[in-house]
Amino acid sequence: MNVLLAIPFVVPLLGAAVTLLLRRTPRSQQIVGTLTLAVVVADAALLLRETADGTVVVSQAGGWPAPLGITLVADPMAALLVLVSSVVLLIVLLYAIGQDIGGLSRATPQIFHPIYLVLTAGVCLSFIAGDLFNLFVGFEVMLTASYALITQAPTRARVRASMIYTTISLTSSILFLTGIALVYALTGTVNMADIAEKLGAAPPELRMVLALMFFVVFGIKAAIVPMHFWLPDSYPVALTRISAIFAALLTKVAVYAIVRTQTLLFVRDDISAVLLWAAIATMLVGIFGALVQDDVNRVVSFALVSHIGYMILGLGIGTVAGIAGVIVYLVHHIVVQATLFLVNGLMRQYVGHTSLRAIRGLTTVSPALALFFFLPALSLAGMPPFSGFIAKVALFEAGIAAGGWLVHTGVAVGVLTSLLTLIAVFRIWTRAFWGTPLPDMVEAKEQLRRGANLGGLRFMTAMTGVMVGVGLFVMAAGGPLAEVGFTAARDLVDGDAYIEAVMGEGAG
Amino acid sequence: MTTPSFILIIAVGVLYSGGFYLLLQRALMRVVFGIVMLGHAANLSLILTDEAITVPPLLGGAAGEMSDPLPQAMALTAIVITFGVTTFLLALAYRVWLGDENDEVPDDVEDRRIMRLTEPEDSS
Repeated sequence: MNVLLAIPFVVPLLGAAVTLLLRRTPRSQQIVGTLTLAVVVADAALLLRETADGTVVVSQAGGWPAPLGITLVADPMAALLVLVSSVVLLIVLLYAIGQDIGGLSRATPQIFHPIYLVLTAGVCLSFIAGDLFNLFVGFEVMLTASYALITQAPTRARVRASMIYTTISLTSSILFLTGIALVYALTGTVNMADIAEKLGAAPPELRMVLALMFFVVFGIKAAIVPMHFWLPDSYPVALTRISAIFAALLTKVAVYAIVRTQTLLFVRDDISAVLLWAAIATMLVGIFGALVQDDVNRVVSFALVSHIGYMILGLGIGTVAGIAGVIVYLVHHIVVQATLFLVNGLMRQYVGHTSLRAIRGLTTVSPALALFFFLPALSLAGMPPFSGFIAKVALFEAGIAAGGWLVHTGVAVGVLTSLLTLIAVFRIWTRAFWGTPLPDMVEAKEQLRRGANLGGLRFMTAMTGVMVGVGLFVMAAGGPLAEVGFTAARDLVDGDAYIEAVMGEGAG
Repeated sequence: MTTPSFILIIAVGVLYSGGFYLLLQRALMRVVFGIVMLGHAANLSLILTDEAITVPPLLGGAAGEMSDPLPQAMALTAIVITFGVTTFLLALAYRVWLGDENDEVPDDVEDRRIMRLTEPEDSS
């Protein structure tokens, strides 16, 4: 049994239990939370080192051979995503701690830490689960934690939003369960490698139905158009630290699940047209939504929907280069989206809201904030030399190489969408950051300065800076990242390495 | 009994359709009941994946004669999850009711704002 594979979800769960016991001493909760996530980051780094060359690390829990027991699997893609997610989770936790120290948040810290760690466990388990049912459990752990997090500091708007969020997520969970029942009825197994071997013999119509069903299930969670409507209504309403994590991770876990199921379990040709159409619709609807919003948080949320489309486009292309593009895009987008939401949170601290109608001249109020917005925003729009550019070029090249009119349309829409993203981003820039600050904004800042909580605010700003730094690191490490992406994509498209690693060990 | 009873299959269908119907209602309590029904439907269909529901899968039964234990284990896990989440949903619905004195799903705020934007043109 490989301990590296168990740590990413066992340690956070233990950490959650410990922080729950320590609820009367916030300082020790903060220390335990940070240490727990640091352990996960270190573990994920080791895991990535083991898998970077394409090795698939497998662990059979309790020594039960593959189709019988619970299998944990880390291929390069899963290891990379666990690493990026845990780094982002750690930085956001530190940001939240800064906010708590400064007394700037209305969240209940006693509850926040345990649930946050449970969420971490759910995210990590979803990435490394080797069978469908554990994927479901990982998802449920993650989502249940998110239901609790989204209602932190409950206002009327938040309770409303979380009701929508919870109902929609639950519906997709129930569909997921139904899908598992159907797959089990058809193949008699829930182990993904085993299903992959047995599903080939199933009638193509049935396979197609199942493929579509899983696409819908994860599509709801990834906010793919036309299943996206809940996201811009619920994410912007939550506390910033929470929507940052939701936007960065939850949708990406769903995208990961789509990539995993569609490459491993189902034959690609069945569904690639559906994927491409969905990608095109998602990119366009999302970005047009972003262009007409007045609230920075909502602009960024719609941009999130739109950019999920790029990843689905890569999957629809389906070649090794396309999937590699998806993986690079996932990494880039997790970091950038988290940064933008953290910046929005700082904006809310400085001026009390994020409505574009009543913000002017933020550059004067806080130059650091302007810089921290500018870099990830350009990266989101895909300007060279940022990571967004690298990811988009990888996708577009793959699309042009793959050919077919639908793929080419997708690529064209992708280019258009990144131009429109640039417009959306510059709309925020010119309205919120340029000009002379409004009098009440200056006053709000003075009030903030007079308050005793500057240390916490500085720490939050520093953590946002660190997140921007991580984004720049992703850009600088573009070469190695693309290499890992290609290795992972080869594993995914081929599928044999994964199946052999899981089933082979089971036989031996 | 060698195959799942026909009545059970009908029941699954009724539960799914009833659940989705309730889910689309405006009153939050009905939405919660819809989720409960859908949860039952999914669990029942998990149980129905067993080709032959016969002897309980306990020690002592001969292999091959027993029911398949895996769907039952999965259904059990799923029941626990739906149970917990239903409780949470009920609490949420209660909070909404406390805040608003009604439990109806509100109109989409965005929609209303767009309506307001188009109003002057309509009236002219």
